[in-house]
Amino acid sequence: MSDNLEVHPVYCLEIGVTTSAMKKVFQSEWFSRLVDGLLPVFATLAALLVGAVMLLFLKVNPIEAYKALWDGAFGTSNAFAETLVKATPLLLVALGICISFRGDVINIGGEGQMIVGALLATWVGLTFTSLPGWLVIVLAMLAGFVGGAIWGGIPGVLKAYFRVNEILSTVMMNAIAVQLMNFLLRDAMIDPAQAERASKIPQTARLLDAFQLPRLVPTRLHLGALIAVILAILVYILLWRTTLGYRIRAVGQNPHASRYAGIKVPRYIVLALLLSGAFAGLAGATQVFGVNYRMITDGSSSGFTGSAGFNGIVAALFGQLHPLWSIPASILFGALLVGANSMQRVVQVPSALITALNGLVVVFVVSSEIWRQRRQRRRLAAAGQDGESPLLINDEKLQPAEKTS
Amino acid sequence: MIADLFSVTVLVGILASGIRLATPYLYAAIGETFGQKSGVLNLGVEGQMLLGAFAAFYVTLTTGNLWLGVLTAMLVGALMGLAMAYVTVNLQAQQGISGIGFYLFGLGMSDLLFQKLMGTVETVKGFPKIYFPGLSDIPGIGEIFFNHNILVYGAYLLVPIAWFVLNKTTLGLKIRSVGENPDAADSLGVNVARIRYFTIILGGTLSGMAGASLSIALLNVFQQNMTSGLGFIAVALVYFGAWRPIGVLGGALLFSMINSLQLWVQVLNIPIPSEIAVMMPYVLTILVLVATVSRVRAPSALTKPFEREN
Repeated sequence: MSDNLEVHPVYCLEIGVTTSAMKKVFQSEWFSRLVDGLLPVFATLAALLVGAVMLLFLKVNPIEAYKALWDGAFGTSNAFAETLVKATPLLLVALGICISFRGDVINIGGEGQMIVGALLATWVGLTFTSLPGWLVIVLAMLAGFVGGAIWGGIPGVLKAYFRVNEILSTVMMNAIAVQLMNFLLRDAMIDPAQAERASKIPQTARLLDAFQLPRLVPTRLHLGALIAVILAILVYILLWRTTLGYRIRAVGQNPHASRYAGIKVPRYIVLALLLSGAFAGLAGATQVFGVNYRMITDGSSSGFTGSAGFNGIVAALFGQLHPLWSIPASILFGALLVGANSMQRVVQVPSALITALNGLVVVFVVSSEIWRQRRQRRRLAAAGQDGESPLLINDEKLQPAEKTS
Repeated sequence: MIADLFSVTVLVGILASGIRLATPYLYAAIGETFGQKSGVLNLGVEGQMLLGAFAAFYVTLTTGNLWLGVLTAMLVGALMGLAMAYVTVNLQAQQGISGIGFYLFGLGMSDLLFQKLMGTVETVKGFPKIYFPGLSDIPGIGEIFFNHNILVYGAYLLVPIAWFVLNKTTLGLKIRSVGENPDAADSLGVNVARIRYFTIILGGTLSGMAGASLSIALLNVFQQNMTSGLGFIAVALVYFGAWRPIGVLGGALLFSMINSLQLWVQVLNIPIPSEIAVMMPYVLTILVLVATVSRVRAPSALTKPFEREN
């Protein structure tokens, strides 16, 4: 430790503490990792603070507003169940984002992938009405997975083989998916009952009761939440315990080195986007089979997805692109979304405030990366290793404080 | 009915509204061109446009002064640009993702302000069409070229100005060198950070202007999420135009002409489902990206933060 002090005087200056005991704590590996892990929390607190200032400008008591938000999200068991219902699609999208962003592929197409997954799953649910319920549910979830994979795979192929920027193509694919949904729900997939009426509400028929995802407790919480958590564990295993996951991450960190190592880089770019889309498609399928029991459109994509395709990105970043950390992150953002509605009711603050704050959280989280990287570089320099690539995020879990007690 | 499309009146209508519709794309995409030329991808254009559109509309609604509206929109865009510059230059944050953050912020913020300050959709009297004596009366040509408002002409004027600044001035040389090889530029004494601040703030200003052109010159109304993806298309147009103002102009015109055609197809009740018609510009953008992107090279340092070696 004393060596470290001499090697890195700047480090001590920055922290500005005097007692050597405290220096020891601050310089220790676990403390620095703890700070890294807490950066997203600080980012959220900072965003909420900005939100408080905005509320003051709107002449609303921030404490009252945030209390309404908290009560709306966690106040009752129903509220908490609602939070988990909202968190489910966020987590599924976030899992896909963990895969693609780890592969250095920026998938902004969650919205469109959710829609196409939902369309295909709904088609399965409305077509195979004579099959047993459990089988249809399994087939529909698979259909959602496949639908999303197709919609994510197209930009994947375009990026890998035609060098089309995936950010742009996925945004375009979102717009195309919305129109595809509007078209199908007004035409081929419209509820026969609606087709006869003059109103012609663009929605499909309701799924049979037997095809609905079972509810877990007497609330709206459905099996999709459990599926999402199990998949989070599977994605963790995929990314860190399989060759496929290793290669996706390797391509993400250094495509040139990966190519020299014999990895077929384009193939893994396609796979990263395809898998990413598949999880978003599954999110869309669970929305239909677990929450709405039909597809209905108001013409926009957020009308169906609730912007989960975007907010899932926020959740994944917040969870440091780690599938398991994405679970609490998704619950947090699910809570913000549910709480925003109650805030709107109680203190008349439009829930759009939460959208704005989500944006700030993203900005703050990516901005705080620089401190994490600096500390990491210092750690590595101390250990005599080379620096790491910017997108690399800790594989290891937070180190508990047991050693120093 | 398809034949209706080929009547002279309709063709003139399509071309005229196509030229008009290109306006917001041009402002936003030319601004984005400057940013990308200097190595910064700003994905927050859509958010800057939404806030700009709201600011312009609200100021015009309350003061009745259109130019004050435009100025406010530019200022709001510039402030968003300043924040983006700090985050991407000083804090070296991942550009694509922070752009999404700024997009969400602008989306939520413009919606929030709209609901709190206005509540209902209102309309304003936007910039009037300019009448060119003689020219505006030429049949067809007058309707297509000489029957627009000042912000439309401003957008087209921006193209040669941007070309000149980027290719014929020292500033342009610095911008390009910072985007191609920031280390070399730095060693030659170019202040990389300052150049990038300049281009990002300029991009924000023009995005704000693009928003204003929608809310007080073309549609004369503000609604939640009224840009609906327009800002992202503007970013795509920069790739499409191969980082050249003239290419961006071509892309913006192509895109807006197809959009305009699509609108007329709906007006004329031609039996193509409107959803398929609306879808077409996006499909086309992807196809053109496939056709063009693989032939041109992006600025080498695009999306790469610059850090001085010690």
